[in-house]
Amino acid sequence: MKIKSQRDFWSGLMFLVIGAAFAWGSMEYSFGTSARPGPGYFPFGLGILLALLGGLVLFKALTLESEGGDPIGAIAWRPLLIIVLAILVFGLALPRLGLICTLPLTVLLSSLAGREFHWRDVLISSVLLTAGSWALFILGLKLTIPVWPIYFG
Amino acid sequence: MDLLNNLALGFQTALTLQNLAYAFFGTVLGTLIGVLPGLGPVATIAMLLPSIYTLDATPALIMLAGIYYGAQYGGSTTAILINVPGESSSVVTAIDGYQMARRGRAGAALAAAGLGSFFAGCVGTVIIAAFAPPLTELAFKFGSAEYFSLMVLGLVGAVVLASGSLVKAIAMIVLGLLLGQVNTDVITGTARFSFDIPELTDGIGFVVIAMGVFGFGEIIANLGQPEEHREVFTKEVKGLWPTREDFKDAWPSVLRGTALGSILGVLPGGGALLASFASYTLEKKVARNPRVPFGKGAIQGVAGPESANNAGAQTSFIPMLTLGIPPNPVMALMVGAMTIKGIQPGPQVMTSNPELFWGLIASMWLGNLMLIVLNLPLIGIWIKLLTVPYRFLFPAIVVFCCVGTYSLNNNNFDVFMTAGFAAVGYAFYKLGCEPAPLLLGFILGPMMEENLRRALLLARGDWSTFLTRPLSAGLLIASALMIVVVMLPSIKSKREEAFQEEG
Repeated sequence: MKIKSQRDFWSGLMFLVIGAAFAWGSMEYSFGTSARPGPGYFPFGLGILLALLGGLVLFKALTLESEGGDPIGAIAWRPLLIIVLAILVFGLALPRLGLICTLPLTVLLSSLAGREFHWRDVLISSVLLTAGSWALFILGLKLTIPVWPIYFG
Repeated sequence: MDLLNNLALGFQTALTLQNLAYAFFGTVLGTLIGVLPGLGPVATIAMLLPSIYTLDATPALIMLAGIYYGAQYGGSTTAILINVPGESSSVVTAIDGYQMARRGRAGAALAAAGLGSFFAGCVGTVIIAAFAPPLTELAFKFGSAEYFSLMVLGLVGAVVLASGSLVKAIAMIVLGLLLGQVNTDVITGTARFSFDIPELTDGIGFVVIAMGVFGFGEIIANLGQPEEHREVFTKEVKGLWPTREDFKDAWPSVLRGTALGSILGVLPGGGALLASFASYTLEKKVARNPRVPFGKGAIQGVAGPESANNAGAQTSFIPMLTLGIPPNPVMALMVGAMTIKGIQPGPQVMTSNPELFWGLIASMWLGNLMLIVLNLPLIGIWIKLLTVPYRFLFPAIVVFCCVGTYSLNNNNFDVFMTAGFAAVGYAFYKLGCEPAPLLLGFILGPMMEENLRRALLLARGDWSTFLTRPLSAGLLIASALMIVVVMLPSIKSKREEAFQEEG
């Protein structure tokens, strides 16, 4: 058997697995009866439905010819990993280092994901964005976000 | 006259200094971000949600609505000037609008789009005001079974009119519905799919999904693509005011576009996108001997679709406001925002929060007026923004989205979840799965389950209740018909053809 559409193959598989996982997971909760549906009733039905749809997509991916195999193409690992890392670092740093230190760090990290990297531009962005966010979120909207590192505040 | 009384109440609310300021703020922000390449209205609204956390419900929704049509308007500007439609509904605008810009008539194109949109916006506002009350009446007659069927219709409509594979789109809806199941069951209080993580028992925040998939996922996808070369017609925007001939050519198109858009906007899933495509097709058929052929810079090809998408954008508020059912992802975000503000969307909003309801409607008209003022004379500023390089933009988007998710609950758990959804969003992009239906499903999931279970309870477990109640049966039949029609070979090829132009 040959995969005729890469994208459909993998998305079909994804739907199938997630649907089955939800259906299996919902068996932990009471299913109830049709007259008195329990907490497991709706997710179980949906899980089965998603698995079926995934199966259908998978079946089409294996039987229907598509143009050029519909390849997924190269995965942009660099931006993917760096952006995800930047978000995680932001989440870890904000409660400890406060807005003033976290934002430049996030800007610096995420800038590494781009095609071009200029220290001068990153510096400008960091200063502008940190000052702007402070003005907008803390002064303007009065959100309760830690501003300074806990060790100073 | 009830209509006049209601509108008077609306304008009273909307014309307070505070609400005017928020409407203005919203339209400016929306235009600003809509003009920046690579950010559509959904990402814009998701990114700016934190700005409403501290506001009251009425100014918050007024501002969000402003962001919505501002972003849409900004999207048309980029479509005309750099051939990059800011969002799918301005795709057809790019065809003739960009050609006009290349021939040095960018000013006329922008003016046609702006004035057409304004006219359509006025008509749309009146239509909402006129049709919302009777629809609300109807909605009160709805029982659980009808609500469930209506949501099925809404979700089916959303996929049928979306581009791409139908089965995958339906699967994305179901996936969204399932993600909505991560919560505490309302009826029994059982925590579901929470893996003993306390934060998950409240459910996944819709902001988390919206920002992860639409905000970050899009950034990663953009960065993964080779840099495109853009030609910006910055210096050539002169002679903003259209000529007499332009007016003569454009006004019938504006009328037709408005009519078409107002009708299509109400349909579930319809909204702005379908309206602009349909209007372009209609203009091509109807306009006799255009001075300039279509595809080469015909003003009709800009005025018609632009009026249609604005009218559609306005009337798509109708199902959201009267039934609490979002017909498109932007409205799904609005429903989410209402929930954050503690308002349960649905027919009761009109009676329980009349200031909010009518104030929002009146503010739409005011917002449209502001847009005209903002855009036509100040176009030079927006054009400058087009030239901001992406390497300055995306760190800013990252920062705003991060602060937004954190301030949602003042908790970094949401930030970590968003990181996960960023990766998921990129995976969807790579696999060709459209994320918009997922968001709709996610928003409607809990409502759908509640209504399904209540309907079954009332019918003593008899599933045929959905088909024996006439209203519910009608809605389900309509959904089935929609799927069948789309599957018909002749329509199927037409649909693919229509969305081809998008790519």
